[in-house]
Amino acid sequence: MKDYNISTDSDANAKDYWQASIRLIFTCLAIWFVVSYGFGILFHDALNAIQIGGFKLGFWFAQNGSIYVFVALIFWYASRMNKIDRDHGVHED
Amino acid sequence: MDLKTLTYIIVGLSFALYIGVAIWSRASSTGEFYVAGGGVHPVVNGMATGADWMSAASFISMAGLIAFLGYGGSVYLMGWTGGYVLLAMLLAPYLRKYGKFTVPEFIGDRYYSSAARLVAVVCLIFISFTYVAGQMRGVGIVFSRFLEVEIVTGLLVGMGLVFFYAVLGGMKGITYTQVAQYCVLITAYTIPAIFIALQLTGNPIPQLAFGSTMADGSGYMLDRLNQVVTDLGFAAYTEGNKSMIDIFAITFALMVGTAGLPHVIVRFFTVPKVRDARSSAGWALVFIALLYTVAPAVGAMSRLNLTNTIQTGEVGSPEGNLSYEQRPEWMKRWETTGLLKFKDLNGDGRIQYYNDKNKAFAEKAASFGWKGNELAVDRDIMVLANPEIAKLPNWVIALVAAGGIAAALSTAAGLLLVISSSISHDLLKGTLTPDISEKQELMAGRIAAAVAVCIAGYLGYNPPGFVAQVVAFAFGLAASSLFPVIIMGIFSKTVNREGAIAGMLTGLFFTFGYILYFKGIFITPMAENIPANWLFGISPEGIGTVGMVLNFIVAFAVSKVTAPPPKEVQELIEHIRLPQGAGTAQAH
Repeated sequence: MKDYNISTDSDANAKDYWQASIRLIFTCLAIWFVVSYGFGILFHDALNAIQIGGFKLGFWFAQNGSIYVFVALIFWYASRMNKIDRDHGVHED
Repeated sequence: MDLKTLTYIIVGLSFALYIGVAIWSRASSTGEFYVAGGGVHPVVNGMATGADWMSAASFISMAGLIAFLGYGGSVYLMGWTGGYVLLAMLLAPYLRKYGKFTVPEFIGDRYYSSAARLVAVVCLIFISFTYVAGQMRGVGIVFSRFLEVEIVTGLLVGMGLVFFYAVLGGMKGITYTQVAQYCVLITAYTIPAIFIALQLTGNPIPQLAFGSTMADGSGYMLDRLNQVVTDLGFAAYTEGNKSMIDIFAITFALMVGTAGLPHVIVRFFTVPKVRDARSSAGWALVFIALLYTVAPAVGAMSRLNLTNTIQTGEVGSPEGNLSYEQRPEWMKRWETTGLLKFKDLNGDGRIQYYNDKNKAFAEKAASFGWKGNELAVDRDIMVLANPEIAKLPNWVIALVAAGGIAAALSTAAGLLLVISSSISHDLLKGTLTPDISEKQELMAGRIAAAVAVCIAGYLGYNPPGFVAQVVAFAFGLAASSLFPVIIMGIFSKTVNREGAIAGMLTGLFFTFGYILYFKGIFITPMAENIPANWLFGISPEGIGTVGMVLNFIVAFAVSKVTAPPPKEVQELIEHIRLPQGAGTAQAH
């Protein structure tokens, strides 16, 4: 963990922190987009050719799978974000 | 015990529970009234958010919509859950750090303009009333069907209850009542689903059951369902029958609209820390997903049960259709509400239910002596009638009634609170009469909530046309007006007052105008609401997506040619981007 001097480095640190946050958000939103709009809509027909158990895959992503991914994604984001907070020394007490 | 007595007992017990919780948690300060003092545990807040979010539409209507739309119903499943990802990452933590009471307040501060704040208040009030009227309507329907009272009586009881805990308890009372309501509604939703899943497939977990094989050995459930619906000329359940661009646009508008709905955003003002706002959005989605992953199973199972009830034998053979004389009890009961209708077009005394709009199949049907589809089933009855169709015990049916009421009341209360706080805090304290004391403001908030309850009750009894268009109006307008300005307020330092106001108005007027143009509410429709007439093939339900894009473009363009935001605003943005130092939500 880096130790930032609040008064001199704080601007650079805040900028760094913001860029790290934005990178994480972009990664998460890319996954969000792929599972719902990608698997559930754009590639729905193609994925329906694959059947797992009684589910056609495209249909499953559209009605169930994407929701599971959304839940996991938020918790993953929250834990990564907590780490970024701590690494930059901007976390709450 | 008969169904009516049981329903009275179960609904009565649930009401007693809500009232008890409301008394225990009443608010004493504006902080407690608006944001529950900012001290709600993230898991508790997540559960309350789940109840707040899951409305009469989610509980009563959604599975029915999916049952009849099949794959097309996925727009609601993805749209109404995916928005929480946006909330967790783009809005909730930053607005929590900002640490005030309302959404218009943020917009007013960030764009240093009370005009921007007022535009936001107008959007918020329109969205919330459209939405709340639908909830009151839901309460009325459940009461009149299950307790066999007049719709007005049902409305008055619902209004009285919401009045009691929203007006007394404010956000604090609402939050803890919603936790109780969540427990009631999720139990009521899943128990019948588990029973039906067991009956049909032997697998008790609904999420897995609709991908399992049928207990009667007829193969996978969804394959079987595709078979029985296509045999009657309907589109295959698992395939798309809407254009891809429209499915895309509707899903997007619902997701972004969800993230822009004020009564959802304000929930994240109630947790103690920025960190909690992030995880609380995750918990909210966990609790929502418990219902939303069951809903498609309920949809598929109820469609299969309904079709099999009516098409009892081979398609085309005279004995293959249910005789009207032998129809089950639940059909008789729903016929009296007018939500289920039978008309014996070919006079054979049997019910033919098929897709007579499918030309090829209609010709085939004519050769069987069928003269058109004879059964009209309102989509809204599927969830409520489901336990009856599956012949479940009476206490399960009573529980579903209590669940439907819980879903409607919890959402109504959340909406009434944002309406009242936008009036007392944004309109009175923030703009018109800034000198009132905290005590007076709290009183104004309570009066505003009381008036709003009455208006909501009236709209529920006498719904104007726009209430039926909740999806288009509430989500479309939230997506095209509020969401973009909040996002730009956090993620851009260059978008200024002029840009935000111009963007909001563009999104608002474009989306509103497009919906009016095709739906003809307040005016006569100017064009037929069919895909050939739509802009880029996007329906009024999905047009919020285009409105949002326009809002962004206009806001950036206008900001480029006008003066940049002042230094204090730049500092405010820097401040909300860092989690450190978020106190509890404060008045000015």
